[in-house]
Amino acid sequence: MESSISIRDLDLRFGSVEVLQGLNLDIGVGEFLVLLGSSGCGKSTLLNCIAGLLDVSDGQIHIGGKNVTWAEPSERGIGMVFQSYALYPQMTVEGNLSFGLKNAKMSKAEISQRVARAAEILQIEPLLKRKPAALSGGQRQRVAIGRALVRDAEVFLFDEPLSNLDAKLRADLRVEIKKLHSRLGNTMVYVTHDQVEAMTLADRIAIMKGGQIMQLASPNEIYNRPKNLYVAEFIGSPSMNFIHGELKGGDFVADGLSIPMTGYEFADSSEKEGKAIIGLRPEHIATGDNLASAVSRTKAKVSLVEPMGSDTIIYASVGSHPIHIRMDGQATVKPGDEVEIGFQPARANLFDPSTENRL
Amino acid sequence: MTEQANRLLDGPRGPKPKRVFSRRNIFLYGTLLMVTIYYAIPLYVMIVTSLKGLPEIRLGNIFSPPMEVTFEPWTKAWGEACTGLNCNGLSSYFWNSIKITVPSVIASIIIASVNGYALANWRFKGANLFFGILIFGAFIPYQVMLYPIVIMLRELGLYGDLSGLIIVHTIFGMPILTLLFRNYFTSLPEELFKAARVDGAGFWGIYFRVLLPMSLPIFTVAVILQVTGIWNDFLFGVVYTGPEAYPMTVALNNIVNTTQGVTEYNVNMAATILTALVPLVIYFVSGKLFVRGIAAGAVKG
Repeated sequence: MESSISIRDLDLRFGSVEVLQGLNLDIGVGEFLVLLGSSGCGKSTLLNCIAGLLDVSDGQIHIGGKNVTWAEPSERGIGMVFQSYALYPQMTVEGNLSFGLKNAKMSKAEISQRVARAAEILQIEPLLKRKPAALSGGQRQRVAIGRALVRDAEVFLFDEPLSNLDAKLRADLRVEIKKLHSRLGNTMVYVTHDQVEAMTLADRIAIMKGGQIMQLASPNEIYNRPKNLYVAEFIGSPSMNFIHGELKGGDFVADGLSIPMTGYEFADSSEKEGKAIIGLRPEHIATGDNLASAVSRTKAKVSLVEPMGSDTIIYASVGSHPIHIRMDGQATVKPGDEVEIGFQPARANLFDPSTENRL
Repeated sequence: MTEQANRLLDGPRGPKPKRVFSRRNIFLYGTLLMVTIYYAIPLYVMIVTSLKGLPEIRLGNIFSPPMEVTFEPWTKAWGEACTGLNCNGLSSYFWNSIKITVPSVIASIIIASVNGYALANWRFKGANLFFGILIFGAFIPYQVMLYPIVIMLRELGLYGDLSGLIIVHTIFGMPILTLLFRNYFTSLPEELFKAARVDGAGFWGIYFRVLLPMSLPIFTVAVILQVTGIWNDFLFGVVYTGPEAYPMTVALNNIVNTTQGVTEYNVNMAATILTALVPLVIYFVSGKLFVRGIAAGAVKG
């Protein structure tokens, strides 16, 4: 794969605080990469390093085959969209879009042509003469995207662009960003803490923690085969159930629970023995009509029901283990009921309690 | 549906009524009124006295309005009052003050705003130390530096000259103004600065085209601060300039303290009001601008 952005042995320190250490990352041409992590994991810092807004302590950054480690942000061929939109309040939308082009000493005709094209793509033509204060949040973020668009940048950087919008608008703009990506085909790096955005937008997701990448893989891989306990816990809402137990002769055994692990793909295709943690997604615990496909079944006692319309989350206990299960939205369960549940070992995850890595 | 009418019960409904003469209001407005009177009476006495003739003043009724309004004390204070030896009134000293205030206000605000911008947005090596030293300067009493500056100005050949005083005012405005601008620029969203850098604007490009247009409120505050501070200054004016270049405040002092002949209270009052007029006008004019600037700045962009 030809790489558009290549980050090599990147270090970043603020005084004695190591924010990023020895980070390596290659992003392919036209790829949509999402940097996902909780706050303080270094994802925005990494993006600022790529943009050139922060000086790196060590390592190199290459964009489009050029070493841009010492280049100014404007020389890197990037466009950037910020969480707070960062529109220049005293300029009109048109002024905002053309500011960067004027700084690059571009001809007037070229500027107006590019602004018109960006406005057409983002459907903000009627807003060109307005000031940012007279725009709604969604319109402002479109203008901010337009500012990156007019630069004809090879790489787009998004720093939590949708976090300031309400839920409905966020979903709409998410779809638009996805459409924009398929239309333009630029490389895009997108920072977010929202896993829905990450799962829906990304070609690949890099999950970060403490300045390091925990897993870099496709959304499907990350969801189904998390590499370690952190990723498993971070992705999915409601989060995965974890039960501590032991692997004995091909079965996972915990207090009052025994699941045969036939069909589970071990990481290096060799069965393991000894202490283990099993991770079960709430939606992978079979109930009702799905029970037929489950290998092992048991009973769970319901303690709390959360109906959400499309589905119902129930909190229950199996033996002494509290678990939550996603059921069909039409399910009629009450606290105190007993429901039959089933496990599918092929969709389960096993982790080593000491290394926290996938078994 | 017939029960609809009975749904509303008797008793409280809608907004809670407010009493105009509540104890809270009486205390609040009473206090405000007293404070207003306390500050307004001296001004009233000054204006009234300045419009009276000397015989009327000698009657001693300082609170009574003038029986015969005369503007003669005002013209005398402006054009004929004696300051020491010459009797040209305040007019030439008024222009001295203008010549001192305008350049020092402009110079100090330009330099301090760039200082503040550099300290807030371009954190260069040693920026904190530089800022610390600058702020420390604000705490050194002026008296300590009075004589060393006399020597420095003498060596530069600027002693007793308007330009020397302008330089002194510009320098002494630095600590507080830099602090003011630095804090304001720090409060602006940092992403705006980052966006401008991605857009290829440099140090001056960002300053002039992005930050400056957003900074009307703080510039207004700085102008108010500097104009009143420099116009009202007496100490530096009397120390660093000669009799020809005295600012208005020094001239006013000389008029009031002239010991020859009778003390012309009405002329003194008129001269004092004339001297205080410039800061007063600045407050009235820019006060409005200030509020408007704050309001405009409050709209998130």
